[in-house]
Amino acid sequence: MPYVAVKGGEQAIQNAEALLKAKRRGESAVPELSLEQIKQQMQLAVNRVMAEGSLYDPDLAALAIKQSWGDLVEAAFLLRAYRTTLPRLYYSEPVETDRMHIQRRISAIFKDAPGGQKLGPTFDYIHRLLDFKLAAENNQFSAPTTEVGAAIASTTAATPRVLNTLAQEGLIGATNSEDPTYTQSATHSPQLPNSPTPHPPFDITRESLSTPTSRDARLQNLARADEGFLLSMAYSTQRGYGKNHPFAGEIRVGEVEVMICPEELGFEVAIAGITVTEVQMVNQFKGSKQIPPQFTQGYGLTFGYNERKAMAMALVDRALQAKDLGEAIDGPAQNEDFVLFHSDNVEAQGFVQHLKLPHYIDFQAELNLIRQLRHNYDQAQAEQNGVEQPSTNTPDAPAPSLDHPPSLNDGASAQDLKIHHSSKL
Amino acid sequence: MVDTAQAQSRSSWISALAKAPLALLEERVATLGALPEYRFLRSPEIGLAMVRGRTEGAGQPFNLGEMTLTRCVIQLSLAVKDQNGDGSVSGFGYVAGRSQRHAELAAVCDALLQHSDWQSKVQAQVIEPLQGAADAQRAAETAEVDSTRVNFFTMLRGEA
Repeated sequence: MPYVAVKGGEQAIQNAEALLKAKRRGESAVPELSLEQIKQQMQLAVNRVMAEGSLYDPDLAALAIKQSWGDLVEAAFLLRAYRTTLPRLYYSEPVETDRMHIQRRISAIFKDAPGGQKLGPTFDYIHRLLDFKLAAENNQFSAPTTEVGAAIASTTAATPRVLNTLAQEGLIGATNSEDPTYTQSATHSPQLPNSPTPHPPFDITRESLSTPTSRDARLQNLARADEGFLLSMAYSTQRGYGKNHPFAGEIRVGEVEVMICPEELGFEVAIAGITVTEVQMVNQFKGSKQIPPQFTQGYGLTFGYNERKAMAMALVDRALQAKDLGEAIDGPAQNEDFVLFHSDNVEAQGFVQHLKLPHYIDFQAELNLIRQLRHNYDQAQAEQNGVEQPSTNTPDAPAPSLDHPPSLNDGASAQDLKIHHSSKL
Repeated sequence: MVDTAQAQSRSSWISALAKAPLALLEERVATLGALPEYRFLRSPEIGLAMVRGRTEGAGQPFNLGEMTLTRCVIQLSLAVKDQNGDGSVSGFGYVAGRSQRHAELAAVCDALLQHSDWQSKVQAQVIEPLQGAADAQRAAETAEVDSTRVNFFTMLRGEA
């Protein structure tokens, strides 16, 4: 559908923006939100915006939330737009999540997970009752602590993965590309076991995605996908649209180092610690002709503490492996065309919301078409009726609504505006 | 060819400088007194790094998302030759986020740490305090998180 641009309305548009800014600020007697307040006290919102904006920068995410009046999808859009203004200088080494500085770590499959389970700050076991004490200000809460040995506190040792227990028994699909039928997609050429990646990972910000997709492309897409969309897709698999019996093998939240290797230095340096959430779902797999029965994994990794999103990502990642595993594709979550091309909220909100922009000329064309069709239809009806019951209806009596259609304002307003045709959007 | 041990210690101080909170870094650099003159070989520049993860934590790499980063390169002026007669030391700064000042301070410290007249002083007055603060913060976080260490028991059906 061509979109026809309009001109005019400058004053109204400027005033609408000024009004938005004033309304967004609220009453001037109420203190203005600082970015530091948003960053600290709305941290999960900041995390969501960083994940969906696909840009890790808590300061910018807080600014985007403030600027978007708390609309998190709009805030993600602002970050996406901002990132396009910057050059990409480096690619990091893959983050080592097993060396994460743990802030939360749980397993739903082994209660005695090596390394221990730590609930961290979580809503999980809290009644969902409104806390009216929080409505008052000047709340002071102190964090509980347990004295741990200095050796443990400063340790940077890796926390073993829960799923290693299954891997040791050979009961879970290999994570390295040892089995090309499993981890490699159709678009990737088969490679030798344990050889380094022969090509850089797919980048959806540089190449346009086409199906069949490889898992690296899917994971990048899912990592920045809309949380609500992923949640519903994940939920649909649990309700039977592509069932695959998931268990939360391990969920860990914490800080990982980002290492880059600048050419001018010639060695790796850690430039930051960033918080990520990692989810490893364990799913049943009945096996196929080539692969014996075993567990398979759905994988979720997101910026920030973003557990619901990461869990949903893992479920959808697993559902999308259906084609690689030779499973029947009978649920929407298993359909990569459906999932990957509708997961991005920046694209989705743009296309849905463009409908509210002026479509006067488009609609005029539609209107003319429907009027013509209606006219033809009425004529045909009238002719038919004329044959059957010539006494009750004269064939040439025009339907009043055709010659004198209800007057619509769009014709007049379209004249006021200088219309330019554009095939954009 | 980069000397491995030297590269390791340099990598470690560059990281300490990058991860330090700017306020603390300013405070520590202020204790050094007057700094030698320097100029930018590359002015602070804001850009992106694409952060990568691994499929299932250990498999094929994939692109997770980007982060902001600021980098710059400075060169100490020739007037401050060290005992080896090396005055053209350059320092590199790489920091997460968009603080040009942070990148500049990091680069200056990196240069000073390569200069024999300054190395021990900067190591003692900047790097060690920064690492100490980071370790203390990490220990405090670990103590908090450890208070939520949980031991679940499975109940057998029919058990009282």
